[in-house]
Amino acid sequence: MQPASTANQTEAETAPTDLEGLIGRFREALAPESVITDPQRLRTYECDGLASYRVVPAVVVLPENADQVGEIVAACAEYGIAFVARGSGTGLSAGALPRSDGVLIVTSRMRRILEVDVANERAVVEPGVINLDVTKAAAPHGYYFAPDPSSQQVCSVGGNVAENSGGAHCLKYGFTSNHVLALEVVTPDGDTVELGGRARDVPGYDLMGAFVGSEGTLGVVTKIVVRLLRAPESVQTLLAGFPSTDEAGGAVSKIIAEGITPAAIEMMDALSIEAAEQAVRCGYPEGAGAVLVVELDGPAPEVEHTFAEVQRHCRDHGAFEVRVAADDAERAMIWKGRKSAFAAVGRISPDYIVQDGVIPRTALPEVLTRISALSAESGVRVANVFHAGDGNLHPLVLFDGSEPGAVERAEEVSGSILDVCLAHGGSITGEHGVGADKVKYMGRMFTEQDLDTMQRVRCAFDPDNRCNPGKVFPTPRLCGEAPGQRRGVHPLTEAGLADQF
Amino acid sequence: MTENPIQSASEGAFDAFHTPQRELVDDCVHCGFCLPACPTYELWGEEMDSPRGRIHLMESGLDGEPLSGSMVEHFDNCLGCMACVTACPSGVDYGSLITQTRAQVERRHQRGFWERMLRSTIFALFPYPRRLRALRGPLALYQRSGMAELLKRSGLLAKLPPHMRTMESLAPPVRRAPKLPERVKARGQRRAVVGMVTGCVQSAFFPDVNAATARVLASEGCDVVIPPAQGCCGALSEHSGREAEAVKFARGLLDKLHAADVDYVVINSAGCGSTLKEYPRLLADDPDYAARAEHFSERVRDVSELLDELGTVAERHPLPGRIAYHDACHLSHGQGIRSAPRALLREIPELELSEINRGDICCGSAGVYNLLQPQAAGQLGDRKAENVADTGADLLITANPGCSMQIRTALERRGESMPMAHTVEVLDASIRGTGVKSLSER
Ligand SMILES: Cc1cc2nc3c(=O)[nH]c(=O)nc-3n(C[C@H](O)[C@H](O)[C@H](O)COP(=O)(O)OP(=O)(O)OC[C@H]3O[C@@H](n4cnc5c(N)ncnc54)[C@H](O)[C@@H]3O)c2cc1C
Ligand code: SF4
Ligand code: SF4
Repeated sequence: MQPASTANQTEAETAPTDLEGLIGRFREALAPESVITDPQRLRTYECDGLASYRVVPAVVVLPENADQVGEIVAACAEYGIAFVARGSGTGLSAGALPRSDGVLIVTSRMRRILEVDVANERAVVEPGVINLDVTKAAAPHGYYFAPDPSSQQVCSVGGNVAENSGGAHCLKYGFTSNHVLALEVVTPDGDTVELGGRARDVPGYDLMGAFVGSEGTLGVVTKIVVRLLRAPESVQTLLAGFPSTDEAGGAVSKIIAEGITPAAIEMMDALSIEAAEQAVRCGYPEGAGAVLVVELDGPAPEVEHTFAEVQRHCRDHGAFEVRVAADDAERAMIWKGRKSAFAAVGRISPDYIVQDGVIPRTALPEVLTRISALSAESGVRVANVFHAGDGNLHPLVLFDGSEPGAVERAEEVSGSILDVCLAHGGSITGEHGVGADKVKYMGRMFTEQDLDTMQRVRCAFDPDNRCNPGKVFPTPRLCGEAPGQRRGVHPLTEAGLADQF
Repeated sequence: MTENPIQSASEGAFDAFHTPQRELVDDCVHCGFCLPACPTYELWGEEMDSPRGRIHLMESGLDGEPLSGSMVEHFDNCLGCMACVTACPSGVDYGSLITQTRAQVERRHQRGFWERMLRSTIFALFPYPRRLRALRGPLALYQRSGMAELLKRSGLLAKLPPHMRTMESLAPPVRRAPKLPERVKARGQRRAVVGMVTGCVQSAFFPDVNAATARVLASEGCDVVIPPAQGCCGALSEHSGREAEAVKFARGLLDKLHAADVDYVVINSAGCGSTLKEYPRLLADDPDYAARAEHFSERVRDVSELLDELGTVAERHPLPGRIAYHDACHLSHGQGIRSAPRALLREIPELELSEINRGDICCGSAGVYNLLQPQAAGQLGDRKAENVADTGADLLITANPGCSMQIRTALERRGESMPMAHTVEVLDASIRGTGVKSLSER
């Protein structure tokens, strides 16, 4: 990609923000119904899956192809106006939160699967294509698209790339980044570039690697070449009930220590089991303090052998019931409880926060003890769901928003949980991203210099800070600025343009 | 033009009478799981034409946004197919929300002249079986006289406004109507006494379906009570926000059927069935009828639901052939009835059942939606027709008169056709041993 010229930068800074002019340009380039300015319509785009953050965008555009995205972004550059990309709006960190003075570029009309190349095990899709639709298109050929976030029936592949989304099966198969071969991207100055390549290895810096997981701050993805995997010959799933999360955690550690790599190991605690039971009547073992869902896949003989071992490890660690799915319907029933857990918590609590943190797997018992202590001290209930294999926790912090002070208490507990994760050498997000929501925690995880280094990457792509500004980084960096430790107040803070978290 | 006296921008979109409930709106966690299920989101890919977006619009209405033309447009665009209710993991009661919203729209929003004309014509005609029947004669004449062909060929038809064109094209081929007796005796041992709701469109345009329903029920051991001159159940009015009219129809039907002492009330039209089951909500404010509505709706069953519940006794004769089963939204999403009709059809020897790709997406008929929103309905009809044609079936089965009219028209646009029948007509043919031809060559 090209380095942005300084001339470009000064132009952007001096141009008055002529929103009307920009909208006029959109109307020339797009069909009339693809430019939304009606205030009530705009308001339906004010939030994503994290509805506590809301900002009504100045204008929404619905491009139908990559060329239109290019024209939109180039016009934004010319007028010096910020933009935010949005896929299906299921993000849980307010990553697609619009700007009141900016453009929201929504990819929901870019949902063509352009190519399914079975021989080369890849597919080319537009960014608005729904994750599960890739698998549906590949399934008749015996292939599938591996990343499987719980939201897979609705989230877009573009959003998956931006968030580097994972799912229950990323323990064995990795996150989205492991399944993307190349990206076509419109850079913030409106150029269209290809990152990565269709070949399995591309020389030079891995710019695509930098792009995946950048949460829409480096450009807009307009095309994705994804890897397809051959559907495994055999899949076995079990559900094991344990007296408590300690025993279940012990079983997880043992299984992994034995060198077994399950496709998935998921844990739920008593409270989240109760919620799932109410929502979908999944029939999990009665009286369980924790359940594990373990799935193995691969060649049949291997799966059969390891599956027996996994059952043994579960029993050795106190599982009082081990249920094996006999067919796809039973497997679906086991997964249904797990996959509905987030939304199901709505049945046992009027409001809740879905937290997302990572810890080293071995710290699980300690971290859980700390979380229940936090819960007991504050009187705030916490249900726990984890991708146990890779230590990705999803504590669900329950509260009733109509009770005075409840929101604040819940947020405090939710924040403290992240501190516990960090204290154990973990991370503030496993898969939902930083977005606008976790900006305030970035400083707890990274030093000033770390953040500065990351922002210099951003400056290479987006020197004018117009591409999803305000996300990921607590303080925007002026790209002309000399690197190194900043002294005094940040110029943007001083100008009243940004908050220092 | 008279201004609606209770409309005022300052109080937001809704007034205090049956306001869309804030608690129901708050149940939505904005997860978006309903988006891919929604036919209008599928068509346009816009947030405000998705269930989540419509709930968001209701919320902004509750927060003080006025009931603007654009807000109304997105509520009007909703088919009421309830696919979003099936998809929602949080159990959001979208059905109640949209019904409450539509009633507010009808009361508080001033529509344009032509739209008002169209709506009053539709609602002066469809809910009245007798008026529909009166239309049958001229319609049959129109179809048989060659006038229809002439209009089509002259290009005059293309010049009619789209709504009129839709009405013209949707008129089903008219059949002779056998008159139903007031009571049909059970064959063999009596297992239940059921009251039958005959419906408006069903009784006027698809009398064979009602006749087949009565025969199948009798064969399965039911005494069938058919009160004459039933009137409309209120479904079309309720689904279009004409609440007062719906309440009036509901009371009328309750009066008719209350007298009959029956174990079950059976309905063969999906759209009517879901409304009959919603009578308690519709009549909640009516002290004289609320309890009766409760008692009534507990006994209401879709015909396939009841037959599945009772279990089969009458012998099924083979019907060699391939059928495709179309889920009517008001059966599958509205009442959660998907497996009962399939199970009944699978019991028939030598009958092969194929599934329609993307079968859970509405065909665009949706009550009178195809008359009010002909363009969207036409596009959905085209998609449905393509998927139906792809099954290569000899016969299409559906439990809703609106769906069969809609799909038949959409197939014709593609220059194709497929014979259609109601689930009970297939069961009837199998029980009577009349063969597949009795259904496909009529
Ligand atoms: C119930 C539920 C369960 C979930 N489960 C999981 C899970 O198991 N694992 C997981 O990882 N996530 C999960 N998520 C979070 C979310 O679904 C994922 O982050 C998903 O990848 C977001 O996709 P989207 O299309 O909705 O993106 P959006 O929410 O629309 O956007 C997300 C981010 O991507 C950017 N973006 C979108 N499209 C583009 C583009 N074309 N180019 C550049 N940037 C773009 C946006 O600017 C934003 O920063 C869940 C969400 C919900 C509601
Ligand atoms: S009822 Fe149907 S059309 Fe209306 S919002 Fe729900 S899914 Fe969409
Ligand atoms: S699926 Fe349910 S909770 Fe989720 S956005 Fe749709 S209506 Fe709301």
